[in-house]
Amino acid sequence: MRVPILEVQNVTMRFGGVVANRNVSFNVEHGAVTALIGPNGAGKTTMFNCITGFYRASEGRIVLNAESGPQDIGNLVTRRITGGSHLVTRAGIARTFQNIRLFKDMSVVENLLVAQHLATTNSLLSGVFRTPAFRKTERDAVDRAYYWLEQVNLVSDANRLAGELPYGRQRRLEIARAMCTGPRLICLDEPAAGLNPSETHDLSDVIQRLCADHDQSVLVIEHDMGLVMRISNHIVVLDHGEVISDGTPEHVGNDPAVVAAYLGVSEEEVTV
Amino acid sequence: MKSNILSMLSKQALLTFTVSLVLFGPISGLILDGFSFKNELLKAVSLAAVVTAGRVVISLFQISAIGRKLAAGLASGHNGITVKTGQEKSPLFILVLLFIAGLSLPFFADKYFLGIAILALIYCLLGLGLNIVVGLAGLLDLGFVAFYAVGAYLLALGSQYIGLGFWGALVIAPFLAGLCGMILAFPVLKMHGDYLAIVTLGFGEIIRLVLNNWLEFTGGPNGASVPPPTVFGLEFTRTAKQGGVPIHDYFGVSYSADYKFWFIYIVLFLVVCIVIYAVERLRVMPLGRMWEALREDEVACRSLGVNHVFTKLTAFMLGASTGGLAGVFFAVHQGFVNPTSFTFFESALILAIVVLGGLGSTVGVILAALVLTILPELLRDFAEYRVLVFGILMVVMMMWKPRGLVRIKRPAFFPGEAGRGLPAGAEVRQ
Ligand SMILES: Nc1ncnc2c1ncn2[C@@H]1O[C@H](COP(=O)(O)OP(=O)(O)O)[C@@H](O)[C@H]1O
Ligand SMILES: [Mg+2]
Repeated sequence: MRVPILEVQNVTMRFGGVVANRNVSFNVEHGAVTALIGPNGAGKTTMFNCITGFYRASEGRIVLNAESGPQDIGNLVTRRITGGSHLVTRAGIARTFQNIRLFKDMSVVENLLVAQHLATTNSLLSGVFRTPAFRKTERDAVDRAYYWLEQVNLVSDANRLAGELPYGRQRRLEIARAMCTGPRLICLDEPAAGLNPSETHDLSDVIQRLCADHDQSVLVIEHDMGLVMRISNHIVVLDHGEVISDGTPEHVGNDPAVVAAYLGVSEEEVTV
Repeated sequence: MKSNILSMLSKQALLTFTVSLVLFGPISGLILDGFSFKNELLKAVSLAAVVTAGRVVISLFQISAIGRKLAAGLASGHNGITVKTGQEKSPLFILVLLFIAGLSLPFFADKYFLGIAILALIYCLLGLGLNIVVGLAGLLDLGFVAFYAVGAYLLALGSQYIGLGFWGALVIAPFLAGLCGMILAFPVLKMHGDYLAIVTLGFGEIIRLVLNNWLEFTGGPNGASVPPPTVFGLEFTRTAKQGGVPIHDYFGVSYSADYKFWFIYIVLFLVVCIVIYAVERLRVMPLGRMWEALREDEVACRSLGVNHVFTKLTAFMLGASTGGLAGVFFAVHQGFVNPTSFTFFESALILAIVVLGGLGSTVGVILAALVLTILPELLRDFAEYRVLVFGILMVVMMMWKPRGLVRIKRPAFFPGEAGRGLPAGAEVRQ
C-alpha cells in the first residue's frame, strides 16, 4: 500500500475552554474516498479547518505527503509574513465549505478562473499588453475551466452568474472550483446538505469519478449515511471531538459505539 | 379595492401629519421674542399640511401604473449585473469617435470651459484610481486625497529643491504614491477591513497637517508654487524661464496663455485614456479577477490559494499610484499648491464619484466624475447645497441602486477561443 496522502497525528483543537477535537488521529488514503462522519457538533468542520490551514491546531501534527515530500500544515500556516492558509492550498489541499462560498456576482467561468491563478500569467504588464504568454495561459485556463464544468455537468451554465444557479448546481460548481486548483487532496464539507435525492445521486457520481478517473484523494464530511456507505472506502467517526471508530464501511457500520453515538444510547448500555 | 386604497392613504396622511406637526410645532410654531415667545402655530400646521400633501402625492404616484413600472424596473435584474453573451458588437467605432471628440475639445472650448474639463478629467483619474481600491478590491479608503497630495507636492517641492520637471514628476509620482500606499497598507491589510478605513482616514489627515505645519519645507499654509510644464525644452511662458525656448517663438506664432492649458489637457486626456484601457484590461486579467473575488468572499479566496494580503496590497498601491498621477496634473494646472486643496471633503467627493458610478463600473465612474465636477460649475448658485445634495444622492443610491446606475456586464468566456475568436475588446466588460 502507498503512503497515506494525509496523516493526522494526535490533533487537539481548543477554543478557550471548549475542546472541539481531542487527540484525533487518522489517515487519508491515496486515491480513495475517506468519510468523516459524526453527530452535529462533533468537531468535523473544526477538523477540516485545521487540515486546510484555517485554524492552527493547538496540539499535534497534520502532515501532507505531497510529491515534494512531507509538509507540515502547521508550519505553513505559522510561517512569518507570507504564511497563511493559502499556502496549504498551494501545497495541494483544496476544500469546499459547509455554507457555499461562491463568488456570487461573478460568472461561473470566472469562478473557475480565479481558482487557476497559479497557472495564469498574473503580471500587470503582460496582461495590459496581452503578451503571447498571457494569451496562451489564459486560453489554457478557460479550457481547463470548461473541462471541469463538463466533469460536473455545468457547461450549459458557463456564462451565467454563479449566484443565479440553483442550489444543487452551486454545490457542484464549488467542487469544480476546488478541483481547478489542481489539488492532491480535496476536502468536501457536507456536499450533499440540502440536495434532493436525484441531485445527491449526481453528486455521488461526481465524487466517484474524481477517484476513478483522476486518481484524486477525497476527504468528505457527510450526514447522508446512504451516500457515505455507497462512495467511501474508509470511514472515520468522530463524537464529542474524539475518534470513536475508524475502518471500512462494514466495520464502522457494525461498530456498537457508532450505533450508540448516532442513536443516543447511553455509554453503560454499550459496554454491557 | 378603491376603499382599501382610500383608507390606506388617509392612515398614511394622518401619520405623516402628526409626525410633522410634532417636529414643526416647537421648531417653527414657537418663535422667541425677547424673554417670551410668539405663538405661530398656524405656520407649523400649514408646513405639516404641505408635507402631508407631498406624502400623499408620492403614494399616489407609487400606486399609479408609471410608478409601478419604475419600481419594477429598479428592482429587476440580479443587482444590475449581467454576463455578456459574447455576441455584442464591438463599441470600437463609438470609442474612436469619443477619442477624437475629446482630443479636439481645446479647439472649440473657451478657456473657462477648458479649465473645467481639465478638472473633470483629474477627477476621472482620481475616481478610476479609487475605483480600483473600493470598487474592485472592496477596500474602503477614506484618505485617498493623501496620495493626490503626494503627487501634487512631489512636483511643487521637487522643482523647488531638486529641479524636478513636469515629465519627471509624471514618471516618479505613481511610484512614490504607490510606495506610500504600500508602507501605509501593509501593516493593516492582515487585519479586518474596517481598520483600513480608519488608518487611511488618519493618514489623509496626517499628510494635510504635515503639509500645513512644516513651514520650512512645504511652505505651510502659504503653499508652494509649481513651474509651468515644458515639452522637449519648449516653454509655455511669454519669456523663457527654465532655459528653453518659448513655444510661440519656436513656431513663430503670437503668445497666448491658452497653449499651456491645451498642452495640459491633451497630455491629461491621453493619460486618462491609457488608465481607462489598463483598468478595462484588469477586469479580464487574473489580477483584477482576484481583486473582485476578494471583494466577494475573502475566505473562499484563501481556500483557493490566493494570498489575500499581497493581492489587496497590489490593488491599494495601484489605486494610490493613479491618485499620485492625478496630483501632478492638479499641481501643474493650478501652478500652485497649498494644503486646503487636500481636505477630507476631497476624499469624500472622490468616494461619492465611485459610489455613484457604481462600485466597479468604469463607464459609471467616468460619468459620475464628469457630472459631479461639471454640474456644480453650471449651478454656481446652488454651490452651498452641494454637500447636502451629495448626501441625499448617496443615501438614495445605497437604498435603491447599490451597484450604481450603469448596468455592469461581466465578460463571457468560451472554450478554445478566449481572446482569439472574439473581436478586440469584445471580451472587455464595459
Ligand atoms: N470558532 C469557534 N469558537 C468556539 N467554539 C467553536 C468554534 N468553532 C467550533 N466551535 C465548537 O466546536 C464544536 C464542534 O463544531 P464543528 O466542528 O462545527 O462541528 P460539526 O461540523 O461536526 O457539526 C462545537 O461545539 C462548536 O461550538
Ligand atoms: Mg460542520
